[in-house]
Amino acid sequence: MLDVFLSALADILTVKHIGYMMIGVVVGLMIGIFPGLGGIAGLSLMIPFLYGMDTTSALAMLIGLVAVIPTSDTFASVLMGIPGSSASQATVLDGFPMAKRGEAARALSAAFFASLTGGIIGAVVLTGFVLIARPVILAFSSAELFMLSVFGLSMVGVLAGKSLVKGVAACALGLIIGSIGGAPATGEFRMVFGVDYLYDGIPLVIIGLGLFAVPEIIDLLRRDRSIAEGAKLGSGWLTGIRDVARNWWLTLRCSGIGALIGAIPGLGGTVVDWIAYGHAVQTVKDNPHFGRGDVRGVIAPESANNAKEGGGLLPTLLFGIPGGGAMAVFLGGMVLLGIQPGPSMVGSNLDLTYTIIWSLALANVLGAGLCILLAVPISRLTLIPFRLLAPFMIVVICFAAFQATRTLDDLIVLLATGVLGVYMRRFGWPRPALLIGFVLATQAETYLYQAVQFYGWEFLTRTGVMIIIGITAGSIWLGLRARVSEVSPEEVLALEARDDAAGPAANIRARAPQILFALVAFGFFSVGLHDALQHSFLGQVFPLIMASAGMLFTALVLGFLILGKPNHAVSSDTEHLERPDAEPQRSTLGALAWVASLVALTAVVGFVTALVVFFVAFLKIRARASWLMTLLLTGGCTGFVLTLASALNMRFPGGLLQELYRLPWPFS
Amino acid sequence: MTVTTHTRRGALGVFAAAATAFAFAAPAQAQVDFSGQTIEWIIPFGTGGGSDTWARFNAPFLSRHLPGNPTVVVVNEPGGGSTRGTNLFAQRARADGQTILGTSGSTQFPYLLGDPRVRYEYQDWSVVMVGPTGGVAYVSPSTGVESIDDIANLQGQRLVYASQGATSLDLVPMLAFKLLGLDVNYVFGFGGRGDGRLAFERGEVNIDYQTSSAFIGNVTPLVEEGKAVPIMSWGVLDEDGNPQRDPTFPDLPILEEVYEAMHGEAPSGPMYDAYKAFNTAGFAAQKMVVLPEGASDELVETYRQAWRDVFEDPEYQESFEAALGSYGQVTDRGADALFAAGTNIDPEVRAMVVDMLSDEYNVRLGD
Repeated sequence: MLDVFLSALADILTVKHIGYMMIGVVVGLMIGIFPGLGGIAGLSLMIPFLYGMDTTSALAMLIGLVAVIPTSDTFASVLMGIPGSSASQATVLDGFPMAKRGEAARALSAAFFASLTGGIIGAVVLTGFVLIARPVILAFSSAELFMLSVFGLSMVGVLAGKSLVKGVAACALGLIIGSIGGAPATGEFRMVFGVDYLYDGIPLVIIGLGLFAVPEIIDLLRRDRSIAEGAKLGSGWLTGIRDVARNWWLTLRCSGIGALIGAIPGLGGTVVDWIAYGHAVQTVKDNPHFGRGDVRGVIAPESANNAKEGGGLLPTLLFGIPGGGAMAVFLGGMVLLGIQPGPSMVGSNLDLTYTIIWSLALANVLGAGLCILLAVPISRLTLIPFRLLAPFMIVVICFAAFQATRTLDDLIVLLATGVLGVYMRRFGWPRPALLIGFVLATQAETYLYQAVQFYGWEFLTRTGVMIIIGITAGSIWLGLRARVSEVSPEEVLALEARDDAAGPAANIRARAPQILFALVAFGFFSVGLHDALQHSFLGQVFPLIMASAGMLFTALVLGFLILGKPNHAVSSDTEHLERPDAEPQRSTLGALAWVASLVALTAVVGFVTALVVFFVAFLKIRARASWLMTLLLTGGCTGFVLTLASALNMRFPGGLLQELYRLPWPFS
Repeated sequence: MTVTTHTRRGALGVFAAAATAFAFAAPAQAQVDFSGQTIEWIIPFGTGGGSDTWARFNAPFLSRHLPGNPTVVVVNEPGGGSTRGTNLFAQRARADGQTILGTSGSTQFPYLLGDPRVRYEYQDWSVVMVGPTGGVAYVSPSTGVESIDDIANLQGQRLVYASQGATSLDLVPMLAFKLLGLDVNYVFGFGGRGDGRLAFERGEVNIDYQTSSAFIGNVTPLVEEGKAVPIMSWGVLDEDGNPQRDPTFPDLPILEEVYEAMHGEAPSGPMYDAYKAFNTAGFAAQKMVVLPEGASDELVETYRQAWRDVFEDPEYQESFEAALGSYGQVTDRGADALFAAGTNIDPEVRAMVVDMLSDEYNVRLGD
């Protein structure tokens, strides 16, 4: 045992191994920094080089690539509020407010140092765990996985914001949107309305971008200044590292959570960051201000999402079941190198397994170190006036969105979820609650159905299930005491001072926009309910229950809005928050129109031409930039996108023009 | 049907060979040369999966042996269970040899079933290579089956199978079990065969199948521990389209043998025809490389020659088995036979399968 361990360690600490790993890390960093591109794009770049390489060096390169992606995607999450990948969605919640406060460097270095620590702790946990992992992983049957999904859903209690009723309604909205596409039990297609795109369900990346990135871009466009308010950078990267050191116990716990949840196949890495974030909110007692730029809200998900990659290695290596996108890529690479996953990975190939686990830890150190070095220069991005940065960010989110299926439909759905996100933000409907519901919809439904099939309803009495029920109950109890709110208590007071009308009629007048939004949500639930009724029992039972719950809770929201006393917790509208000293803001619809214009142009002339036209139009009309500046920025962005796309053999979504004529790349 | 199509394709092959001979005899005629060009190999699946790995393994060899050594890039166009990328190919690709398509069982199945999302027609295309694979079905000893000889014990038992969905590759075991008269409860919603194997190891299901490489890596240890008993393989097709034992598992009977042992006669009838069509489309002819509609015979022959040369490449022979398993990829006659058997189905057999899916499993393709 010890000799295997030592020989693996000796393999890793050679100049050659570290050199190849560094290549992987640098490529991964360059790719991962761009939202929407992850290990998958990195692999396509790297595959041609894998040939003729010896197995250890090739593995080192692959691991370098896989390890750095959950680290580098943090740049976009913190600096721009764009979730770089599904692994850093929760990081946006506190990371971006910190950047807005001018603390981008601090947030980034805290995130990277937490990632580094998480990666190492993950490897330490795995070193021991790998030997007992097979029976532990086998102990998680569909019944336990269902209860874990319920545990994930219970995080809604923490993430619901000011009003729990709205939180539950938002979560139900996510569950219904998540149930679009094939039903797990019968394969019936739900809510597809004959649209090919919906058969596969809506991609998570688009929901994340629509809910979090689009509203922030719209908000910044309306305020029209740099991301860092006051256009200066505050405390630097050393503070961030000290933040992690001060919260070492939280970092340790979240790393452990990440490694363990990552190791369970089936739950997927997508909820790990939310569970860690929720855990931080529940347990931090010392002056929490989560949702408004608490550094602990950055540390928790970031330490968990790197540890998760290590955990995700276990099912990949031991069972050949990849835990997520990056692991699927890694598995593909392994197969190309002629390594078959399976029980031999803890038997005759144990040294290889340890090489992989410890390479991952080392790659984390290299990757996070490099990112910390880059944090200070890159965080200066937040000082650029937003009117110049905005067209880039709009192009970036569109580019990230169409990585999902490379079609115009991606952009249309992005716009639709973006509008949803903008109004959820305005009316205080918690977006994380929707996201949790969306992510867990398929899991919850599939595992419940399978558990009942395999064990009957007695599955609830299984030991593992009972333990998770206990944890969930504890989590809900903790959650009811601590909740994230994007609005500070002072802001709530300011709102309440304004909201002094009484009686239903006055309420309807004062809260008309909120009531309208709730009515739209109610309408959506009715459509879901109606669609569910068309299906067989197994196909309908889940959406039926969720749509009914959604209707009930939305009705409660409506009831409180119309009949509730002034200052009721349910009532929330950021447009009422204008303070006397506030700068005048531009209109929401105007800002949305700019995003819509890029999508509309793409629909007509295809993405590349649309990008050029959009850039010139935005910079001349909206930003009033000089022609020189306009040409420089347009040329720079177009050139960059084209280079990236040609390196990745990527085709852009086409429009009407492409339907009619056959054009050469990049217009095709 | 198999025979007639085969003959037609065979004739085509002869014609193509004659065309090449002619081209050879008259060097003045322009030959296909891809110098400096980029060939897009469309894979209608995402990165990291089986088809993607298969294409990425083959791409550099294809590049090496095509005239002019073009760059061969794998372009992933996932979505709609592979129908989106394939529709795109059918709609857009020009027959200039610069766009080729790699299909899989999941591309063949919706086509055979008449899925409304399918807007492609296999018979328009020219097949240049077919990559077969295989699979093995196995049961838990808790069923009372301790060796292949006890297989009759399975009858009359309630078996449980973890399925990825009734229209996925799991349709093949479903048809096989139905043909054998086994009473199997299908639990759907599994993400892949790996998840199904986990359910088997947990004891939640007692019958399962794995593709050959996964079987060797992950189930063989269970067999050695006495926790799993292999009962049959899906077999392979010879060049004439007849089912044979899988050379990777020479000791395992194929379905036809198991059926005969259980029922005393060779299988026949529409259910067997359905099994044969989907088994071929899903395994024996799982991976196909095709050229778009209108590809000239010269182009087809250029590609076939490239594949012949790939198969002879010592580096290919050395690395092939480790990456893709022991099933030899084929071109020419073998590919034609597999293509014909894997992309044709009697309309009545199709109707029977579609009805069965809708009556028993609520699968409505027309939705």
